[in-house]
Amino acid sequence: MTSPILEMKNITKEFPGVKALNNVSFKVAQGEIHCLVGENGAGKSTLMKVLSGVYPHGTYTGDILYNGQAQQFRGIADSDKAGLAIIYQELALVPEMSVYENIFLGNEIRNGFLVNWNETIKRASEMLKKVGLTVNPATKVKDLSVGKQQLIEIAKALSRDVKLLILDEPTAALNEVESDNLLALLRGLRDHGVTCILISHKLREVFAIADSVTVLRDGQTIITLDAKKGEVSEAAIIKHMVGREIENIYPRREKIPPGEIVLEVKGWTAFDTLLGRDVLKDVRFNVRKGEIVGFAGLMGSGRTELAHSIFGNPDGYHLKGELAIKGRKAVFGLPEDAIRAGIAYVSEDRKGDGLILSQDVKQNISIANLRELASRGVVNANAEIKIANQYKGSLNIKTPSVEQKVVNLSGGNQQKVSLAKWLFVKPNVLILDEPTRGIDVGAKFEIYTLMTELVKQGMSIMLISSELPEVLGMSDRVYVVAAGRIAGELPISEATQERVMQLATN
Amino acid sequence: MFFQNLQKTLRQNIREYGMYIALFVIMLIFTITTEGVFISSRNLSNLLNQTGYIAVLAVGMTLVIVIRHIDLSVGFLAGFLGAIAAVALVQWNLPVFVVIPLVLVLGAIAGLITALPVAQLGIPSFVASLAGWLIYRGLLLLVTEGTGTIIIPDATFNALGNSYIPDLPEMAFLPGVHKITLLLGLIGIVFFILGQVNDRKQKQAYNFEILPMDLFILKLVFVSAIVGAITWVLSGYNGLSWTVVIVLIVLAIYHFITTQTVLGRHIYAVGGNPEAAELSGINVKRIIYVVFGSMGMLSALSGILFTARLQSATTTAGTLFELDAIAAAYVGGVSAAGGVGKVIGSIIGALVMLSLTSGMNLMGIGIAYQYVVRGLVLVAAVIFDVTTRGKGR
Ligand SMILES: Nc1ncnc2c1ncn2[C@@H]1O[C@H](COP(=O)(O)OP(=O)(O)OP(=O)(O)O)[C@@H](O)[C@H]1O
Ligand SMILES: [Mg+2]
Repeated sequence: MTSPILEMKNITKEFPGVKALNNVSFKVAQGEIHCLVGENGAGKSTLMKVLSGVYPHGTYTGDILYNGQAQQFRGIADSDKAGLAIIYQELALVPEMSVYENIFLGNEIRNGFLVNWNETIKRASEMLKKVGLTVNPATKVKDLSVGKQQLIEIAKALSRDVKLLILDEPTAALNEVESDNLLALLRGLRDHGVTCILISHKLREVFAIADSVTVLRDGQTIITLDAKKGEVSEAAIIKHMVGREIENIYPRREKIPPGEIVLEVKGWTAFDTLLGRDVLKDVRFNVRKGEIVGFAGLMGSGRTELAHSIFGNPDGYHLKGELAIKGRKAVFGLPEDAIRAGIAYVSEDRKGDGLILSQDVKQNISIANLRELASRGVVNANAEIKIANQYKGSLNIKTPSVEQKVVNLSGGNQQKVSLAKWLFVKPNVLILDEPTRGIDVGAKFEIYTLMTELVKQGMSIMLISSELPEVLGMSDRVYVVAAGRIAGELPISEATQERVMQLATN
Repeated sequence: MFFQNLQKTLRQNIREYGMYIALFVIMLIFTITTEGVFISSRNLSNLLNQTGYIAVLAVGMTLVIVIRHIDLSVGFLAGFLGAIAAVALVQWNLPVFVVIPLVLVLGAIAGLITALPVAQLGIPSFVASLAGWLIYRGLLLLVTEGTGTIIIPDATFNALGNSYIPDLPEMAFLPGVHKITLLLGLIGIVFFILGQVNDRKQKQAYNFEILPMDLFILKLVFVSAIVGAITWVLSGYNGLSWTVVIVLIVLAIYHFITTQTVLGRHIYAVGGNPEAAELSGINVKRIIYVVFGSMGMLSALSGILFTARLQSATTTAGTLFELDAIAAAYVGGVSAAGGVGKVIGSIIGALVMLSLTSGMNLMGIGIAYQYVVRGLVLVAAVIFDVTTRGKGR
């Protein structure tokens, strides 16, 4: 084994009420791809924030040795200088700026006092090519999907001279093709001497790429596995992560004959006034009672737009076509109307339009259904806490109390809060947009089990997901969406990875 | 153990307690530098009355800033509506009990008009309300153009800004003390204690986290002592003024709405994340209308209080009120990032700013320095806000 590029010793980090890291030790060898795995809230992101100086020296205890030298980073700027780059779980781009401005933000190519824009654009295009993204560098970041924004983040890190690249769940928002591209990219970087720490909940890719894997659980290092010694396998990782073995992640469901149609859409076309084009064209689909209907497709194929357009059209598309709830024509002017009609939508972008980060867990859970907790307009605060605690228990949300601000929760636990909020609405049709993004295997299993229970009770679920195995494992029926159209409808028996991908890319 | 708990509670709630501590320190300093004149019954009473018309604006402004907007028009709107009140009383000879509701309704309508382009077209409220600032300033000049200052002879109206609540007839018991004020203060304390004990019991019943007993008692004693001290000082002069009573009522209503009701929750949700609020089924436009409408109504109230205090409508009434209100809100802990801020905080903020003015006046410090000091305090307050953000809860 080559000498370690990084050694973190006995790191302990506490937040009010939480010991996020408890005496963690973590060693990364020069030139390897080292995966860091663990359940939601295990402390992975926190460990990386300690490393990169987001939590400056002095706010934690323990030592960091980088290239054999003790480091005391006081901020990102320090670690950046040392050749460390971190890409966060939460994206850190400026939405109003163009792609090239973002890539070189804080690292501008100068011409004396001025920024050399031509060179910037040229280099940015090169970086984009490196990450396999074909967008105009002048596009504003806010006009890109979450997945593409993630790639921009990676391009941004590559534009700096990195020695140690840290990626916190970079592939969470990517589909398989893109994830594979990214993994290939990381291998290429490794061959050029860049060491890489990768946090991921997608064990398949951990297995595919890792030279070694460190498992964290409850703020402690459990074990480090070495791929060369053949210690890395999905089963081994899961066992160390959750402390038990999970046989089949998609729970078995008894076949129930599908019920009446609860939601039907015909000739559904949506014109986006900002983009100036149709984002949905002549879409037609239906959802039956007690059914899980999968919506597969590539990133940007229009699935989120479809969900939004049904869910009260908050983006103000010009809509044409027919929407019927239980056979009755419906027109929703606002999400409020859709919720009243029994539809709930768990947003794909929990930070952007899902949660209110400045508020606490209980306020986020109750916000869409406050009326149930209120009499004559006055909220019963105690009942609210009780409900929130119920969901905290049933979804296993890791937080010291429901009065913790959501911004302080780990990514996966934020996702669970988002889910709890919409379950509390008790909808007939639950639209899940990438529901397990950033969620650990154990919790995924819990969510799948929950979905199974919900449909058994008569709820219908629209499952939008870029993780094909998830769509295929959970759905009764699959629609494939491509370029704003329904490219095909497949009963689950005919839906194979190949068939779906073929429809999605045509 | 007790001190550890105290320290922990203070640290976790530093944002909340910070302003109270600041207000306390400022008052203490002025009391020392003016050898007690600052804390005298007469000065304190005056101070509270002066705070009134800014305080009601600050309450409305809190909500406006919470939903990430701003309303610059409130100062001249207050001035203009005050002038309308004067005209209605003097030239149209309408009775007070018609004039006041009329002006309040006009204020609410004015607020809705400001909200219209903001909600419907997404025009920045800074621009929309700047237009209002110009328009109401013009209208104020127009109304007062012919006559100049309009003197108001109506005693009932003027009482709102100048008079005190009645007292029991003088008797041997506690001579020279305003007994009704004292009584109201006592009732207030009793209600506060009962409310807190009740709340604690409920929380216990649900097995929720509560303050340790000793801290709980400390809190009760502390708040009661402050309220008691203020009532005692006030009752040594003329007692509670109508202005203070009105501010307290406004505060109580808005505190209740913001902390206990669905509407309040929706307002804070819109401020915290408008997109998420919309997707949660909240009608964001409606919230904008409600908040600006309330702001307009409170501007009208502010105009009434100010006009009554001067007993006349002047051509410059309302000048810079909006900035005082905004400053009060920021000093009181409202966050520019939206979604955070309490109406009580803004009232404390208004008190802090007015205390500075009053104290420096008593010390004979020139107006030029006063502006500088107030500016520094504003910056200090916002720096405090930003640096303590995220700490505690
Ligand atoms: N700023 C903070 N304040 C309080 N608690 C925090 C803060 N940041 C993280 N935590 C807590 O520390 C623990 C570890 O969080 P961390 O974000 O490191 O988890 P993670 O392993 O990255 O999880 P995920 O897979 O969900 O992203 C969690 O319990 C979280 O609630
Ligand atoms: Mg994380």
